[in-house]
Amino acid sequence: MGETLTIRLTVNGEACDRSVEPRLLLSDFLRHELHLTGTHVGCEHGVCGACTVLLNGESVRSCLMFAVQADGAEITTIEGLATPSDGSGIPHPDDADLHPVQAAFREAHGLQCGFCTPGILMTLVPFLEANPDPEEEQIREVLSGHLCRCTGYQNIVKAVRLAAERMRT
Amino acid sequence: MKRVEGLSKLTGRELYVDDLPVDGFLWGATVRSPAARGRIRGIRFDDSVDWSEFTVVDHRDIPGTNAIFLIEEDQPVLAHGRVRHLHEPVLLLAHPRREELRRAVEAVHVDVDAEPPVLDFRLTPDRERIQYGDDNVLKRLRIEKGEVERALAQAPHVIEGVYETGAQEHVYLETQGMLAWEEDGVITIAGSMQCPYYIVEAFEHALGRTPDRIRIIQAATGGGFGGKEEFPSGIALHAALLALKAGRPVKLIYDRSEDLAVTTKRHPSRVRHRTGVDGDGKLLGQDIEVVLDGGAYVTLSPVVLSRSIIHAAGPYACDHVRIDGRAMFTNSPPFGAFRGFGAPQSLFACERHMDRIAAELGIDPVEIRKINLIRDGDSTATGQVIADGADRVQVLDRALDLADYYERRTAHAGFNAAEPTRRRGIGLATFFHGAGFTGSGELFLDSEVHVAGLPDGRIEVRTANVEMGQGTLTVFTSLVCDRLGVPAEAVTIAPADTSLVPNSGPTVASRTVMVVGGLLEKASDDLRTRTGLPADADGRAIREAIREWHRSHPGEPLIGKAKYEQPEHIHWDDETYRGDAYGAYAWGAYVADVEVDLRTFAVSVRDFVAVQEVGRVLHETLARGQIQGGVVQALGWALLEECKWRDGAMENAQLTNYVIPTAGDVPPIRVEFLESPYPHGARGAKGIGELPFDGVAPAVANAVAGATGTDPASVPLTPETVMDLILRQRPPAGSLT
Repeated sequence: MGETLTIRLTVNGEACDRSVEPRLLLSDFLRHELHLTGTHVGCEHGVCGACTVLLNGESVRSCLMFAVQADGAEITTIEGLATPSDGSGIPHPDDADLHPVQAAFREAHGLQCGFCTPGILMTLVPFLEANPDPEEEQIREVLSGHLCRCTGYQNIVKAVRLAAERMRT
Repeated sequence: MKRVEGLSKLTGRELYVDDLPVDGFLWGATVRSPAARGRIRGIRFDDSVDWSEFTVVDHRDIPGTNAIFLIEEDQPVLAHGRVRHLHEPVLLLAHPRREELRRAVEAVHVDVDAEPPVLDFRLTPDRERIQYGDDNVLKRLRIEKGEVERALAQAPHVIEGVYETGAQEHVYLETQGMLAWEEDGVITIAGSMQCPYYIVEAFEHALGRTPDRIRIIQAATGGGFGGKEEFPSGIALHAALLALKAGRPVKLIYDRSEDLAVTTKRHPSRVRHRTGVDGDGKLLGQDIEVVLDGGAYVTLSPVVLSRSIIHAAGPYACDHVRIDGRAMFTNSPPFGAFRGFGAPQSLFACERHMDRIAAELGIDPVEIRKINLIRDGDSTATGQVIADGADRVQVLDRALDLADYYERRTAHAGFNAAEPTRRRGIGLATFFHGAGFTGSGELFLDSEVHVAGLPDGRIEVRTANVEMGQGTLTVFTSLVCDRLGVPAEAVTIAPADTSLVPNSGPTVASRTVMVVGGLLEKASDDLRTRTGLPADADGRAIREAIREWHRSHPGEPLIGKAKYEQPEHIHWDDETYRGDAYGAYAWGAYVADVEVDLRTFAVSVRDFVAVQEVGRVLHETLARGQIQGGVVQALGWALLEECKWRDGAMENAQLTNYVIPTAGDVPPIRVEFLESPYPHGARGAKGIGELPFDGVAPAVANAVAGATGTDPASVPLTPETVMDLILRQRPPAGSLT
C-alpha cells in the first residue's frame, strides 16, 4: 500500500472520514469502501453514465473522479434518493417512499435489467429541478449521456415526462 | 400487473455479482494468448513480482476434461500446447488486491511460435491454414425443397445478390462476472448468466464432479441478449478453478475492455441469393448460400447456422428452394448466441434481395411481398405447412397504414427533388421468427418446472429461467395467478439456484414465456389436482387446500410438476432437415423512414413502425419493451456498430470507439400487435424476444436504398459505407458532362 490521505465527506446525509490512496476512484470508494453498490460501473471511462452520483447537488461520473477530489463534498448516491418513512432504510413496496423520478420509472416501465438505471436517475434529479417542463428534445439530449441496451429509451423518455409532471404539481 | 422486479433496481439494492458481499475473497484475472494461432513455447514469470502471494492456475489444475462442454468438446478451459485465437485464456491468477493483480497479469509472458492464422471466413483456406477437418468447415447443413435448378433454368428472370453483415457486440451494461467458493464440498457459483444448468453440465465434465457437488446461482443479471448463454460456462470454470486452488472465494469480473475484446459476438455472415421470378415478381426458385464466421471453436455455431438457414428464404411461399449453409473455422474468438441467433443475418440478405428483385423488375416492393407472403396452407423451405390463422398480409397492411407508407413515399420524392443536401427514403421488411429450440431441440431439453404449495398457503414457482430485464418474474407470476385464481401476493418465484429449482432449460430462443410459461400452467393444474380439488376450484379454496394438505402431510413437500411434451402436430427430421422446424412462428412487418445527409453521409432514422403477430400478448407493457429494445439494438447493428479487427479479435474494445445507440440517435418506435393465439403456448403466446431484431436492418437498408438510389449490400451502414455507395454510384460533380 502506498501513501494515504484522509478525506472527510458527507454521503447520503451521513458524515464519513476515511483514509484512501490518492488514486482510488470515487466509484471504487463508494462501492468497495462504503459498500454503496447501487452505483454501478459499466465502462470505466465515462461513456455509459451508470456510475453517476450527485456531488454537491450536481451529477458527476464517479468513475472519472478520485475519491480525494470529493473531500469536503456532499455526495448523494442512488441509495440516498428514496426516503423510507419508517426509518428502516428500505422503501415500502407501495412506492410511497420513492423519489418521484423513481416512482415514474416504475410506473412507466422505464427500466429492464436495471443496471443503467441508478446513473440515469442521478442525472435526472438535478435536470428536472432545473428544467421542470422539458421538451422531448431536451430529455433525449440529457439522456444521451447514458447508455441503456434494453429499453430502446422510449419508456425512459416517457418516465421522465411523467416525473416532470408529478414534480411540477 | 405491476412489475415484480422493479423496486430493488430503482433503489440501488439489487445485487449484481460484483455487488455481492463476501469476506476474505480474492480477485481473479486471466492471462491470455498474445497470438491468433501457434504453439505455446513457454510461459515466463517476471522476477519483479512476488509470485508466492498469488494463486496461479493452468491446464494442469483442471481435475476433469480440459474442455468447455457444449455441442462438441473442442474448446479448452485453459489452452494447453497451442492457442487458436488472440486472447485465448492460458493462465489464471488470483490475489487479494486488484491493483497487484493487474500488474501481475502484465508480468506473465506467454511465448508463442506463431503459425499462419485464418482471418477471413469468406476465403477458401490454403493447406497450411486448415485447422478443422479437411476444409475448416465447422458445420454444413442443407435444406432442399423441389427442384431448384430446373426452376431457375425455366424462370423468366434470375436475379443474384451477395450480402454481408458484420459482427456485433452485445454490450449488456453489466459485464461478465462470476463469484466462486467451495462450501461443504460443494463448488458454488453466483454470477451473471442466462443458463444455470449449462454451467452445471460444464462443471460435471471439467471438474469431474457429480451434480450434487455443484451449485449454480444466478445473481441479478444486467442484460444478456445471448451473450450470457454459453460464454458464462468458461468464466465460471475459471473462477471455480481459482477458488478451489486458493481455498478462498474468488471474484472474476471482466472490465469493459476485456469484455469487448474476448467475449462472443454476433456471427458475421455472407449470403448469396440466386432467385428465379416471373414478370410479376412471383418467386419460382430460391438458391441460397449462407456462410457464417464461427471463430476458433465449434461452440453454438451449428445451431446458429441451423436457425439462419431455416429463416433464409423468408416468410414466403416458394416451391423450389435450396439453402446451403456453412459455419467456418477462423482464428477469432468464437462467435456466439446473440438475439435472433443467425436469423437476422439471413433475413437481412433475403429482404434486401426482395427489394433488389423489385427494383430490377420495376415492381413495387410492397406488391412483391404481398404476392409471395405465405398464406395458410402454404409451406416454408423445410416443408412445414403453415396453418396458424395469422394473416401475414394484414400484418403488412397494418404496418403500411400506421407508417403512412404511400403518403410518405410521395412526400419524399418531392423533398428529394427540392433539397440539395438531404435525401429521404422509406423502406420495409417482412419477416418471421420461429420460437423455441429448433426441430426436436425442445424434446432433448426435456424441461421440467415445479409449482410448490407451501405450508402457509403460498405458492412458489420453481424454474431455472432467469430474469435479466425482460420481466420473466412478472409474467410467470401472472400466469400462475391466472391459472389458480390467486392474488399476486400469494405467489413467489424461487431464485434461479440449481439447488432449489429443476432444469427448465435455458433462458434463450424466445422460449421462456411460450414453452416454460406453458409448463407452469400445467404444473399449476397438477398442484391443484394434488390438493384434491376440481379444475374449477377458486383461489381461496386452493390456498386453504394447500394448508390443509400440509396439516395432514407434515414435513412433506407439495409440488405440482410438469415436463415438456412435444405437441402432436410437430414432426421434424434432423437427417433430411425437413418438417416442422418450430412449433410456432411470429410474423412481422417493419417500416423505417430515414434521412441521409449528403454532406456527412450519416443516416438518421426519422420514424419506425413495428407491427407483429405474436400469438397472445400476455403483458402489453413488457411486450412493447421487448420490441422497442430489440429494434434499437438492431438499429445499432444496422447503422453504428462496427467491430474493427486486429489478428482476428476486436481492436476497438472501448465504448468510446464502439458506439451503440443513445436516446439521441433513435426515433420513437411505434409498436402494434396483432394476435392469433397459439394453442400450445402459455395462454396462446408465441415467442417475442428475438423477433424485433430480424426486421430492422433490412427495413433501414431498403430505406437508404430508396433515399439515395444506391443498392446497399451490407451492414452496418456507417457514414463511410454510405459515402462509398453514393460516390461509387455518382461520381463527384464535375466529372460528368
